[in-house]
Amino acid sequence: MSNSEKPHTIRSRIWREEPEHDNPFATRAAYCRGYDVYGEMLGHARWVEMLYLLFRNEAPTASQADLLEALAVALANPGPRDASVHAAMCGGVCGSTAASSLMAALAVGAGQLAGGHEVFLAMEGWAECGTDLDAWRQRLAEQTAIPGSIWPAQEHPPGFDPHGVSTATSVKQTLSCLASCSSGAYLPWLQQNSSAMEAAAGCPLALSGVAAAAFADLGFSPEQGEMLHLLLRLPGAAAHALEQRPLGYKKFPFGTVELENESIKETA
Amino acid sequence: MSARTNGPDLLQENVGVLKSRMGTFYPGSHVIFRGHDLHADLKDMDWVELYVFGITNRRFTKEQLRLMHSIWTYTSYPDVRLWNNRVAALAGSSRSTGNLGVAAALAVSEASIYGRGIDMRAIDFLIRTRRELEEGGDLTECIRKELECHRSIAGYGRPLVNGDERNRHLLALAQSLGLDQGPHLRLAFAIEETLLSGRWRMKMNYAALVAALGADIGLTPREYYLFMFPAFLAGMQPCYVEASDRPEGTLYPIPCADILYEGESKRSWLGRKESAKSADHKKTISNR
Repeated sequence: MSNSEKPHTIRSRIWREEPEHDNPFATRAAYCRGYDVYGEMLGHARWVEMLYLLFRNEAPTASQADLLEALAVALANPGPRDASVHAAMCGGVCGSTAASSLMAALAVGAGQLAGGHEVFLAMEGWAECGTDLDAWRQRLAEQTAIPGSIWPAQEHPPGFDPHGVSTATSVKQTLSCLASCSSGAYLPWLQQNSSAMEAAAGCPLALSGVAAAAFADLGFSPEQGEMLHLLLRLPGAAAHALEQRPLGYKKFPFGTVELENESIKETA
Repeated sequence: MSARTNGPDLLQENVGVLKSRMGTFYPGSHVIFRGHDLHADLKDMDWVELYVFGITNRRFTKEQLRLMHSIWTYTSYPDVRLWNNRVAALAGSSRSTGNLGVAAALAVSEASIYGRGIDMRAIDFLIRTRRELEEGGDLTECIRKELECHRSIAGYGRPLVNGDERNRHLLALAQSLGLDQGPHLRLAFAIEETLLSGRWRMKMNYAALVAALGADIGLTPREYYLFMFPAFLAGMQPCYVEASDRPEGTLYPIPCADILYEGESKRSWLGRKESAKSADHKKTISNR
């Protein structure tokens, strides 16, 4: 359960703190992976460098930081049509708490359609298939299901858009930009083989698929990629939730429900 | 819907409109809940009855509903140490709202070692195994395959102790209600016997017992998963209330020294930047 000699301690390879002399609960210095956060990193480290360092044992190279920053820009706002942002706006429009709007965005944006778990599954693909097109073809042809999973069965190949007709320009632009600044193997390979991959998947590449390749190129595990995808899409959800708040529910689409019931046929 | 061809046409058909069998409300007039007027046809329904009716569109007997109530009651522990409860309590201690704390605590209850993650695996294993045995399968082989897939049998063994104080109470109730003779419950005991007699030595815990009773009531895995959502709920609010009543920030405060650091030694960020610049400079010169 915990360290038996010191049962109240928290083990960490990420973070260490030194207390003030007059207060064991006040931080005099904090170290992230050995680097002095407030004494040295602050004012010198980019936000994406700190982000990378929290998840990985070493700081990113300049090109890795550039790639993560470009990816963060691409993911920052899925836009108000996206289901996760829609969920956040449902919180904002009726004056729900700020945290509930973000929790709503996280819950909806966690799924297997453009969400965190889709990125996780797509990253498992990179771990399993790498740059082997035949392995990808085989994987994309099979929809794997884990018995007894809390996650619903997959309905489309992870990383691809089930409702897409052709690759969206925004996806192509993101792939092109990220591939040009990646020092990894997956993004450039994906760019070269996107048509073959899309043919194997039966639908066009989605932004989640590009994000998964980028996270894999940065050396993140599928679990880390899933977490970062959730995190990096929150700024847009927050901004749109706040934007809707003063507009109010009357200016927010309420939708129509048409009851499908043989005994009761009414329209609300 | 799943039989329809995906694509923009399918999305276009659904813009702004939802065709629903579940219900809707007519402001100022009435509400339809799964084809019934909530305030007329269903007004006398017990809340749990309405809850499972909403999930399943089926009615359950008084005995089954009584058991469902107790399934939740017997596992509502107001113990702040439990990880999900602690989330609710930390929200109280940090002076967040009760709704946020409890909602997050419920979300956390979908864990892989307890709660919904285990519930789903437990009912799936019981239903799948029963089917395999009916087709002539061997129980020990089913257990071996499950262990190979998941490295554990959901509902057997326990994170804290091997054994479960809830089981005898719920079993006694199930017996008194005549709900203890179902095939999934019998299978759950047969699995326990096999696990205890083999090298695994794992006792049945509440998750397997409740999954077996749920399957015997006729719940599908998804229905069971949704039914179990509030299972721990009643234990959470007391944790939030007590932490809110205490001085702020006093729930398990952690002094700086109680982070047992096991990572990299102290190193210089600015020195790293300097050496990276120097390496880049040398690289540029050598490339000229």
